[in-house]
Amino acid sequence: MIVFIRRRKVADWLRFILVWGSAFITVALLLCLMGFILIRGIPHIKPSLFAFTYTVENQSLFPALVTTLIMVGLTLAIAVPFGIFTAIYLVEYARRGSRSVRVIRMTTETLAGIPSIVYGLFGYIFFATWLGWGKSLLAGCFTLAIMILPVIMRTTEESLKSIPDSYREGSFSLGAGKLRTVWRVTLPSAAPGIFAGIILAVGRIVGETAALMFTIGSVIQMPQNLFSQGRTLALHVYQLSTTGLYTEQAYATAVVLLIVVLGINYLSASVERRFLRRLG
Amino acid sequence: MFIKTLISKEHFMRGIFFTAALVSIFAVALICVFLFAQGIPAIGRIGIMDFLLGQRWAPTAAEPAFGILPMILGSLYVTAGAIILGVPIGIFTAVFMARMCPNRLYRLIKPAINLMAGIPSVIYGFFGMVVLVPVIFDVFGRRFGMMSGQTMLAASILLGIMILPTVISIAETNIRAVPQELYEGAVALGASHERAVFKVVLPAARSGVMAAVVLGVGRAIGETMAVRMVAGNQAVLRMPHEFFKGVRTLTTNIIMEMGYVEHGSIHFGALIATGVVLFVFILIINTLFSILNARGGIK
Repeated sequence: MIVFIRRRKVADWLRFILVWGSAFITVALLLCLMGFILIRGIPHIKPSLFAFTYTVENQSLFPALVTTLIMVGLTLAIAVPFGIFTAIYLVEYARRGSRSVRVIRMTTETLAGIPSIVYGLFGYIFFATWLGWGKSLLAGCFTLAIMILPVIMRTTEESLKSIPDSYREGSFSLGAGKLRTVWRVTLPSAAPGIFAGIILAVGRIVGETAALMFTIGSVIQMPQNLFSQGRTLALHVYQLSTTGLYTEQAYATAVVLLIVVLGINYLSASVERRFLRRLG
Repeated sequence: MFIKTLISKEHFMRGIFFTAALVSIFAVALICVFLFAQGIPAIGRIGIMDFLLGQRWAPTAAEPAFGILPMILGSLYVTAGAIILGVPIGIFTAVFMARMCPNRLYRLIKPAINLMAGIPSVIYGFFGMVVLVPVIFDVFGRRFGMMSGQTMLAASILLGIMILPTVISIAETNIRAVPQELYEGAVALGASHERAVFKVVLPAARSGVMAAVVLGVGRAIGETMAVRMVAGNQAVLRMPHEFFKGVRTLTTNIIMEMGYVEHGSIHFGALIATGVVLFVFILIINTLFSILNARGGIK
């Protein structure tokens, strides 16, 4: 009996170690990754990295930063309306469990699962070649827009669902129609949640490389118009690190990218927290 | 009256919302049509058996060969390695977060996992390039006569790290979904906390945990940039035990050669067809995931 109990205690002890150990490894890996890049990269950040133009002597990341911002803006402008409208249709209009809802949800899940390289291929074949846009900002942001559509749709859907029905009933009982209820009551209440989702999508856009390589090209320059090629920050890190010539600059650019991602994450989390608190 | 309601703002906007909802269907259809329209003819010209089971990939040789078996196997090896390394840590971390984590710690770890999911793959790849690859070379290089640290092993380890956040968050959600009564029943019967979690809660969440693993597989098989930066990318048929050698996956096959391929050539078609094969893999994995996840949700 004593042996039996002791063996059980040993087993529990092992499980305890296994679980805490795994959690520790996960967190340690993250810290190790970030720490390594930050510590090795920060010393290489120089003002010259933010010069207006990229030259062979000075691998400025500024054009890439500007291109990234333009890409974020354009992609959101395309994807956000569609994502939010789809979610509104699914939550507020469609009968739950109807066939159209099921098909739409299935296709969104498919979109969410498609690897970015396949989006890149598609964008190249369709936007860049078939529509004749060439490798351009426009082809890139349309490709990314399809890619982030499921992210925006799903977060909007979740936030709309989390709005209590009493809000809607209150609005109806005051004589508002469906559209006014959606526009004036549900959507504003869900706005912070939707906003958090959009920020998440921004993170995807900023970090994307595989889908962009063959859709916006990799020429590093200040974008002239929608049809010029470009290179985002993430692509810039990729190019710098794989050529093997500019390791220092690659470190520094990776730090900038990492800091941008950290900022986006923090923003998204704090917005979401506020949203949850408000819903109580 | 009837006509007035028909064209009212309500109906108009409803139509707009519905149209927007159709966009995702339209996008999936478009992706399928364009990929298949370019990929299938190429497979036809190469011959489906020569394409899928051909062991030689030499698109620019005098006698070109377009066999993607090395890449299919490469993807499978690297993914299997990532699963072996990443899934146990992921699942136990999920158990930790769902059942064992003190509240205060949870508020720190949860954002950390989210951050891990948000870090771009090119950063993971860069980390792999400057840390993982040299370390592997230093540790095993001389003993195994390696040419470089860019190996199947490096790709597996890196992907094992990269799938962690996916596996953890899905598994955590599904472990949390197990009714508290099961746990309480086990404790009431005299099980310790750990025993109850491992012997009752975790088995009850089995489908959900499997769903997490399947989604992890999807992530690993579809990852491109990080693998490209650490795997060596030789299009050579490898055996599973050759994990100290470089390997090329389906995804990296596309990224390596799309840059210089002649548009419209059979080589171009073969690359698109590689994407088609990848796409089919992902469709199967996604279907599996939705089935498992739905089953996990019922409990």
